[in-house]
Amino acid sequence: MLKLAISALAGLLFGLGLIISMMVNPAKVLAFLDVAGAWDPSLAFVMGGALAVTMAGYAWVLRQPHPWLADRFDLPARRDLDLRLLGGAALFGLGWGLAGFCPGPAVVATVLKPEAALPFVAAMLVGMIVARGLPRLRAAS
Amino acid sequence: METEFTPISALIGGVLIGAAAVLLMWSQGRILGVSGIVGRLLPPASAPDRGWRLAFLGGCLAAPAIYALATGTLPDIALPAGLPVVIVAGLVVGIGTTLGNGCTSGHGVCGLGRMSGRSLAATATFMLTAVATVFVVRHVLGS
Repeated sequence: MLKLAISALAGLLFGLGLIISMMVNPAKVLAFLDVAGAWDPSLAFVMGGALAVTMAGYAWVLRQPHPWLADRFDLPARRDLDLRLLGGAALFGLGWGLAGFCPGPAVVATVLKPEAALPFVAAMLVGMIVARGLPRLRAAS
Repeated sequence: METEFTPISALIGGVLIGAAAVLLMWSQGRILGVSGIVGRLLPPASAPDRGWRLAFLGGCLAAPAIYALATGTLPDIALPAGLPVVIVAGLVVGIGTTLGNGCTSGHGVCGLGRMSGRSLAATATFMLTAVATVFVVRHVLGS
């Protein structure tokens, strides 16, 4: 129960951060990405603030023997770069640049402006299901 | 579409995002990556640990209401792209974040926050293709 409450609190803080910083507004995200147009550098400050807190916080947290409510830190172990990682990231950037939504802000925006965000999120879920099914298809063929 | 430069609210929002990431790692050792939190709820092979994922998303969805209660306003957001482009964008974001194991939050905040080389490479790649996409759409195709 405590775990769920803290997860919900983290989601709430995250969502408030996205709203206050206006990461939830695709027009603002696109203005940040439009370096050759009327560039709005605001989102660099979102990234900077988030990164400063995360780096400092993680530096302390990851020195602890284990998390407060779990046995271990669940961290990715891989260190190599591969085509799947870079190709996936490249595709993600393409979609982010087309609409101005990335997954977190899109989820929050389904409440703020459903007619704008729901089609995006629905398509995103379909894309995720398809991509999660790919390894199975390959294994079956 | 021009938007106003808002460094102070951007910084405050960023600090809250970072605080959320640290809270999730400190309390349960989890990376705050929205594409992973959502994706692993989906078939095939959805993860057994659904509870914290759903609770986190519930918190996200409650944020606009809490914001409105505290400030008496809701932010106005604008989606410049048309519906067909939005749907293609959603599909590509879903596929790309699944193959690339992360999005802006997982790679860009948490991954860089723990100085992961894979996340640095992924973040540089998606920032570059996002900027290039906006450049082509706005300044080459001119829409």
